Amino acid sequence: MHLIDHKSVVKRMKSRLAMNIFSKSVFFAATMFALLILGVLLYRVFTQGFGYLDLQFLQSLPSRKPEQAGVYAALIGSIWLMGVVAPVSLLLGVGTAIYLEEYAKLNKMTAFIKVNISNLAGVPSIVFGLLGLTVFVRALALGTSVLAAGLTMSLLVLPIIIVASQEAIRAVPKELREASYGMGATKWQTIVRVVLPAAIPGILTGGILALSRAIGETAPLVVIGLPLFLAFLPNTLLDMITVLPMQIYNWTGRPQAEFHALAAAGIIVLLVLLIIMNSIAVLIRNKFQKRY
Amino acid sequence: MKSFKKLALTAMMTGVLAITAACGAQGTEGKEQAGEEAKQLQGEIKIDGSSTVFPIMEAVVEEYGMEEPNVKVSVGVSGTGGGFEAFIAGETELSNASRPIKDEEKAALEEEGIEFTELKLAYDGLSVIVNKENDFVDHLTVDELKKMWIEDGTVKKWSDIRPEWPEEEIKFYSPGTDSGTFDYFNEVILEDEPIVEKATLSEDDNILVQGVQGDKNAIGYFGYAYYLENKDSLKIVPIDGGDGPVEPTNETIESGEYAPLSRPLFTYVKNTAVKEQEEVYDFVKFLIENSAVLSEDVGYVKLPEEEYTKALETLESLK
Repeated sequence: MHLIDHKSVVKRMKSRLAMNIFSKSVFFAATMFALLILGVLLYRVFTQGFGYLDLQFLQSLPSRKPEQAGVYAALIGSIWLMGVVAPVSLLLGVGTAIYLEEYAKLNKMTAFIKVNISNLAGVPSIVFGLLGLTVFVRALALGTSVLAAGLTMSLLVLPIIIVASQEAIRAVPKELREASYGMGATKWQTIVRVVLPAAIPGILTGGILALSRAIGETAPLVVIGLPLFLAFLPNTLLDMITVLPMQIYNWTGRPQAEFHALAAAGIIVLLVLLIIMNSIAVLIRNKFQKRY
Repeated sequence: MKSFKKLALTAMMTGVLAITAACGAQGTEGKEQAGEEAKQLQGEIKIDGSSTVFPIMEAVVEEYGMEEPNVKVSVGVSGTGGGFEAFIAGETELSNASRPIKDEEKAALEEEGIEFTELKLAYDGLSVIVNKENDFVDHLTVDELKKMWIEDGTVKKWSDIRPEWPEEEIKFYSPGTDSGTFDYFNEVILEDEPIVEKATLSEDDNILVQGVQGDKNAIGYFGYAYYLENKDSLKIVPIDGGDGPVEPTNETIESGEYAPLSRPLFTYVKNTAVKEQEEVYDFVKFLIENSAVLSEDVGYVKLPEEEYTKALETLESLK
């Protein structure tokens, strides 16, 4: 009854345990590395920019005098931009994912489309800027408006949302769908009442990533010609806006050190805006996750 | 249970709508305020172009907004070339430039039937600087600058320029080839010959400042404002353009003594806009009248007084 050779187990125990500790510390270090970089970044931004961060900074327009400058127009502009990007990209993105996963036949054409969508995610953002300039700004004559900027950014983040939504929809267990059909539900009823609610956590994760990217991008917006200084706020979708990353980018390029501190303060505002957006998404996600 | 599902599903959409609604409210507020003062000028002025000229325009628009809050002015930073593209397309009333308009741009404007007027706003003195620890460079002539900066296939050493200088490799820092600053340097120093291949190019002049600060054998050039801000940590090189070495200062740049590296900054105005839109005329007048003070405020050098008087006369003749 000596199925286990105790001697050899004891002999190898030490190296096995050492390996265990080693791998644990490697992965711990990897996590800490990312955290450390984040910490250094936050520390620099906060020590530099905190002094300029007050109510006045949020309520003022840019100025040549650093102590009077603010991000009001840029902050409102960024929120408007999200107001366009979020519905457009989510509706188009989730719609495409539903079609590809639920309706489209598994033929070469579908595979071709899927590969291309994945490739689109890797196209440099400036190319989307050029596309937006020719199509939305010039050809559709939308000008350098919120709408033109929002549609350009939606195109930019669309692949991220589509791919994430596809994964989420694919991960919904087959049994759930079959049970739904078994109860006599139609395909549409199954998608709306069974598949989508189950897939929403995954879809939202993709959505968070996509919107975070859209709110931080500068290059495509510079290319489509968004102004940097605006002394007024938008009233309609066809009005001009300016956005936070452009304002931050301009301030970092100025010769005076005070403007670099302003840029840091602008980054903090952008971070807070991101955190608010993400928390809304996480709240919704948690609500759905509890149900399954 | 069914209604709860729906509720949860719509939560996502409501979040999005809430953001949109919030912005809408903000927007109308601004509109009401604007409506209260009816006597003042109204209208929209679109400006685009060089990011070098942007700080001056930002300052002017900021001050102008206090006088005429109902004129909606926007200033973009598409760069000199990008600005002219929009100007040619008729999208802007004013186009900022850190170099004079090119012949092909002129031709394109003519084709579109757009007449324009060139206005000088201020001077920028391209400053050639070396590391603070560099104690041998006392000045450079234009020829020496050219010899240094053009690519000729050899490794450049300080001793190649003047034999008494150390035999160490020169490190070059230059603004990116897309910038107006590079364009100007190319025009007066390089004369269309390629720049040294080993040069570190950056669109952000602050990077150049840091580069030269950190390397004993470095040399670089950039706008006067960046030198002013970092005066204590860099060494300026006086330039000899033929009449003895001159250091860039407000006085030498304004008088034109600091040649050939002081360059004018421009804005181009659409003539019909000045004629037909009261607010454009008013803004350009304000711009000319205040350029001297405001350009010095943001680190550039004002033009001699008579240049502004001349510009005002030109403006009046357009009306």
